Amino acid sequence: MWDYVKLIVLGTIAVLAAIAANFAHDLPYMVNAIVVMIAASLTFLWEIRHVGEVRLHPANEYMDGVVRAGVIATTFWGVVGFLVGVVIAFQLAFPALNLGNITDGVLNFGRLRPLHTSAVIFAFGGNALIMSSFYIVQRTSGVRLWGGNLGWFVFWGWQLMIVLAATSYVTGGTQGKEYAETVWYIDIWLTIVWVAFLLVFMGTLWRRREPHIYVANWFLLSMIITVAMLHLVNNMAIPVSILSSQSVPVFSGVQDAMTQWWYGHNAVGFFLTAGFLGMMYYFVPKQAERPVYSYKLSIIHFWALIFLYIWAGPHHLHYTALPEWAGTLGMVFSIILWMPSWGGMINGLMTLSGAWDKLRTDPIIRMMVVSIGFYGMSTFEGPMMSIKAVNSLSHYTDWTIGHVHSGALGWNGMITFGALYFLTPRLWNRESLYSLKLVSWHFWLATIGIVLYASSMWVTGIMEGLMWREVDANGFLVNAFADTVAAKFPMYVVRGLGGGMFLTGALIMAFNLWMTVRAQPARAVINANNAVPAE
Amino acid sequence: MELYSLLREFADSWVLLFLTLFFLGVCVWAWRPGSRKTHEDIANSIFRHDQKPAAPAPQTEEA
Repeated sequence: MWDYVKLIVLGTIAVLAAIAANFAHDLPYMVNAIVVMIAASLTFLWEIRHVGEVRLHPANEYMDGVVRAGVIATTFWGVVGFLVGVVIAFQLAFPALNLGNITDGVLNFGRLRPLHTSAVIFAFGGNALIMSSFYIVQRTSGVRLWGGNLGWFVFWGWQLMIVLAATSYVTGGTQGKEYAETVWYIDIWLTIVWVAFLLVFMGTLWRRREPHIYVANWFLLSMIITVAMLHLVNNMAIPVSILSSQSVPVFSGVQDAMTQWWYGHNAVGFFLTAGFLGMMYYFVPKQAERPVYSYKLSIIHFWALIFLYIWAGPHHLHYTALPEWAGTLGMVFSIILWMPSWGGMINGLMTLSGAWDKLRTDPIIRMMVVSIGFYGMSTFEGPMMSIKAVNSLSHYTDWTIGHVHSGALGWNGMITFGALYFLTPRLWNRESLYSLKLVSWHFWLATIGIVLYASSMWVTGIMEGLMWREVDANGFLVNAFADTVAAKFPMYVVRGLGGGMFLTGALIMAFNLWMTVRAQPARAVINANNAVPAE
Repeated sequence: MELYSLLREFADSWVLLFLTLFFLGVCVWAWRPGSRKTHEDIANSIFRHDQKPAAPAPQTEEA
């Protein structure tokens, strides 16, 4: 019965999407409607071939299929996102690469840039968070994932969101909010998927067989709840028409700007920090085979981040129409944040105390340690840049981009790579990774790539900031904007090379993980869950 | 008094006090006497149930 309801619903969605595509007011809406139509039709076909099948959810096995899919999706979107990043880095160095005459603007920097940021943050980072949440919450609760196939809905719903966003951006759809570019109907879909994610996570915690909730789950749960809140408030908008991607935001002026950066900074704070700290607090102790250095410190780390992060957003709006006191508030809280962040960094690093020799033998631990190091570095750089005097130099320059990337490539990227290397042999029940040597290659390519990226952006950012403010004896500006662009060229090339090295490392990882599943001998099977054929 | 001013007044007095005390309470609670054993147990929970969910029978060992 339930199967037939699903078929009717999917069929209706496909037909309605086809009608919507026909009557669409603008190109991104039409393309998205066609994507929805295809997705609903494919799901319909899948469903009709599985009608009446009994789907088993044995309580004595973990639900790892969806985590395996998450590993594949994370790796795939990572490579795609890094590739687009390298392309737009070279577009800045060589503007001819925008191919404006050939593609009619579809592959312009302006359209590929949100594609890059969304691909790495929401596709790569989001899939990493969803797969880690599902893996960690099952292991630390000692129960199978709650909700039956709801976990699969979260996975496929998230992929659909990514494809909708990507096709929307390149055809010109955006609501013009940084890191929240997705238009109104994608926002609604994202909300539905995210609530399902919350239900799966909470349901599993609710039925846990461990007396306590391990600290990684606190971080992951705070990530899920806070992102839901941020997303709902920042995307409050009234659609122009049900057949259009355009909408009018509810807030305007400085309120809108403040809401946007309250969202923007807490997306960094909760999506890219709290969520990935959840990964750190699970995967680093597991890989080091030692419990976390101080559980008490992890509790303080958690609550301090929760209480402080939410106030730091105004530092994105220094010297704007935002009231002075709000900027000062944001600056002060950003500086206070430095302490708990470093407490967390010390906690992660000291987990290795007594096992430092693993750094020499285990390239995965090395990756995780460098990741924590970059967490420490960017949580020092961030508070420093939030100080008004520093910000007057650094704001609007490439220094900001360098800062973001030392956090995103160094901290988020490296901890995710570590998690992928940790998970793949376990999920596919293999003896070990295909090649530790290739992990070392990945490690060095990625690390040197980040160093090239960050240092070239420091140089070009500070140079640019100084050139903008340089005045001659009569008080006239010395440099035109185009002068700074010309001066930045060598650093842009270096940045592109650094990004290229990071991408090469990720490709090596993809090959290594592929070969781990394909070519490594399987271990003895525990239950049906890890009886994965070696092809 | 308009709503903004009212909320503002609340936020920088009672709510601020409440949040600060809550945070200090968390710190005190984390360092309460006898918490070490509990925390060690939780910190080691990641090394249990690696391959299979816990047995369905209610667990008898105390936390």
